[in-house]
Amino acid sequence: MSGFLSIRNLTVHLRGGGPILRAVTMDVAPGQVHGLVGESGAGKSMIGKAVLGTLPRALEITGGEIWLDGVDLLALAPAARRKQIGATAALIPQDPLTALNPGKRIGPQITRRLVDILGWRKSDAEARARDLLDEVHIPDPVRVMRSYPHELSGGMRQRILIASAFAAEPRLIIADEPTTALDVTVQKQILRLISDMQTRHGTALLFVTHDLGVVSKVCDTLSVLYAGKVVENARMRRFFMRPIHPYSAALLAATPIYTDPDRGLTPVPQTVIDAVEREVEHHDVRAGA
Amino acid sequence: MRDARGDVRRPIGLRLWLSGGWLALLTVAALCAPWLAPKDPLMQDLFLGRMPPFWMEGAEPGYLLGTDSLGRDVLSRILYGARLALIVALVAGTLTCVIGATLGLMAGYYRGWTDRVISRFVDIWMAFPPVLFAILLIAVLGPGLVSIIIAIVIIDWTRFARVIRAEAMSQGAMDYVASAQVAGRTRFGTMLTEILPNVLPTIIALLTLEMGIAVIVEAILSFVNLSISTDSPTWGGMIAEGRTSVHQAWWVLVFPLITLFLTVLSFSQLGEGLKDRFDPVLR
Amino acid sequence: MIYELRDLHLSLPDMSRKPLLGAAPRIEILKGVSFDIPKGAVLGIVGGSGSGKSTLGRAMVRLLEPTSGHILFDGTDITHLSEDALRGMRRRFQMIFQDPMSSLNPRRRVGGIIAGPMRLHGMDGLRARVDEALDMVGLPRSFAKRYPHELSGGQRQRIGIARAIALRPDFILADEIVSGLDVSSQAQVLNLLQDLVADLGLTLAFISHDLSVIRRLCDRVLVLHHGQVVEQGPTADLFAAPQAAYTRELLDAIPLPDPDQVWR
Repeated sequence: MSGFLSIRNLTVHLRGGGPILRAVTMDVAPGQVHGLVGESGAGKSMIGKAVLGTLPRALEITGGEIWLDGVDLLALAPAARRKQIGATAALIPQDPLTALNPGKRIGPQITRRLVDILGWRKSDAEARARDLLDEVHIPDPVRVMRSYPHELSGGMRQRILIASAFAAEPRLIIADEPTTALDVTVQKQILRLISDMQTRHGTALLFVTHDLGVVSKVCDTLSVLYAGKVVENARMRRFFMRPIHPYSAALLAATPIYTDPDRGLTPVPQTVIDAVEREVEHHDVRAGA
Repeated sequence: MRDARGDVRRPIGLRLWLSGGWLALLTVAALCAPWLAPKDPLMQDLFLGRMPPFWMEGAEPGYLLGTDSLGRDVLSRILYGARLALIVALVAGTLTCVIGATLGLMAGYYRGWTDRVISRFVDIWMAFPPVLFAILLIAVLGPGLVSIIIAIVIIDWTRFARVIRAEAMSQGAMDYVASAQVAGRTRFGTMLTEILPNVLPTIIALLTLEMGIAVIVEAILSFVNLSISTDSPTWGGMIAEGRTSVHQAWWVLVFPLITLFLTVLSFSQLGEGLKDRFDPVLR
Repeated sequence: MIYELRDLHLSLPDMSRKPLLGAAPRIEILKGVSFDIPKGAVLGIVGGSGSGKSTLGRAMVRLLEPTSGHILFDGTDITHLSEDALRGMRRRFQMIFQDPMSSLNPRRRVGGIIAGPMRLHGMDGLRARVDEALDMVGLPRSFAKRYPHELSGGQRQRIGIARAIALRPDFILADEIVSGLDVSSQAQVLNLLQDLVADLGLTLAFISHDLSVIRRLCDRVLVLHHGQVVEQGPTADLFAAPQAAYTRELLDAIPLPDPDQVWR
């Protein structure tokens, strides 16, 4: 396996229904950032959820392998799988408003996993939380740890979730659209912060986003998804210079760029959609055979 | 883009069929009680007291579900009792619904002082203990069908008002309401044509639930002897009588109890089933 | 001028800080906003969350009543007009909402949604007009029989556009109408809007947080920050030489799909 996280032919179906992910294959190298891009409904969030074992109950994994740190998660028994995931991976969720429990203070929400699951001493966990809040540039961490979520701004809460994700020094973090709910100016700070933290801690990062601009700022490699199928795996720079798949190129052409106002906005052409739909169909036929 | 999320089919509600079926059966029984009932529900025959149902030893032919301590036929009394139960359910349920939902809709949509007046009124109203309130009311009005219905309406309209107010409020915050205003629709028109259709499924679910509650309240009032005059058969009255002789003749208690239970359950299930079925958003 | 705004102030009660007794404290959302929109212009209104851009939009179509200042629509002062007095002229200024899921009544079919406002204003030949509106936004006529939840996000937003243009308004306010869409539907909706503005001679105010989208569509831009206009001017000038510090900050923060952009 070439990645710290290696996904091989991962297939997910709606229980009693059609496919949601179609033989997804991709690698996330240790300490690297891998972007997952695609339009809504392409299944990009589902890959992260499949890795973390948090797929909605209506979905089931019907095939493939998920290798995390040299272990195939899908070959493990559920309890062992949860343990392996808990020890190696963490999540930065999309919506900072709902990801924190509104009825609990910030401190315990960061330390709970360390104390309850990893068996840290409470005082150690609190010291660790203070250091992390410091690291994500939160002023007066001691006061913030005693605050409730509603007393903090959206950007602050996202910083806390980032600190919380790094708390147990996971070797893989999955970030699911972590800046979609934020203003561009705050988004810039948060993206920088995630990049800095990721570099400093040497964490591998799976970054789910719909924004190609964001990808070009934080990712080393990326996968483009359409209808649950990877249409292109690429290194970031090469992708923006020379996208190989026509759908990737069309996606790029549909993205407005303010520095280039004369460039007409081209919606993804029907011919490209038809072509990629045919690919998906061929895939389904082969998978069915 | 293809998207398998739309492929899930909702199973057609079995509970809708079961609950609807039971209630239809009950309605037929109530309408046709004089023809269906094997005996006169009021006819006493002290020689035939506490006869067991047909499958037990010592059963009297013609008395399918046995007799009570005065020798009255349990099945016939249940059938006639259904009449009263359904009248109370329909009339009290509908009145409660219309009054409560109207006030709730106005409070939730108009907000401001309309809401303040209605909501304070609801709060004060709900501070009275309901059963005590009902007993007091019937003591003043005197027992009878109309009194029961009035008591139920007076106690329960607040349930509708509160739920519908909250629902109307959340619908009122939706942009389709702002859009109607931009289009120039009047406030009242917006309430009727935009908000009401969206709270209707909730109103229907509450209405059927309320019908079930009305049946229970009527039974409770009969149980404490505050319902219709004691000689007309009611399920609550039968349960009260059956309780005293449960060790000698359990059937007098159990059969009306099962009927009551199934009816109330059917009403609430019918509401949920209808809500799912007729909601284009969920469908 | 189709719109003239002068020193517009608007404050709303802050319910989260309402004391147990007495009135809630008011927070001032718009703090003296002034600008004009000439007939036929496409004005972009940009700002972050909390800048007051949506409040400004809702005040312009009088979903909200300003606290002070003036809004003139085509010469008529509509600042404090009552709902009854406004009703007659509402057909002339329309709005397209951010979230089509919330702005289309889920219990109505598309045909009814588009026809409803026209019926209110006593327009006739509704069937033909609904068909025409669907044609103009590039949707099949058969969509009139569908419910909003049966459509995709981009299609729903086209219904919102169809409802607004069917009334033949002079002015349309578009509030973040592409922010919930994927890039491909976003490009379609933007192109559609551009064509409609040209074909129907519309005046458009386009509220957005996304400067790239505004650059693409608008000929004038207004930057709103904390309820005040920090900068306004022709789009090309503003992007070439932004004057206000906040405008520069906004521009610098946009991640372009370009690995060589200096973004640090």
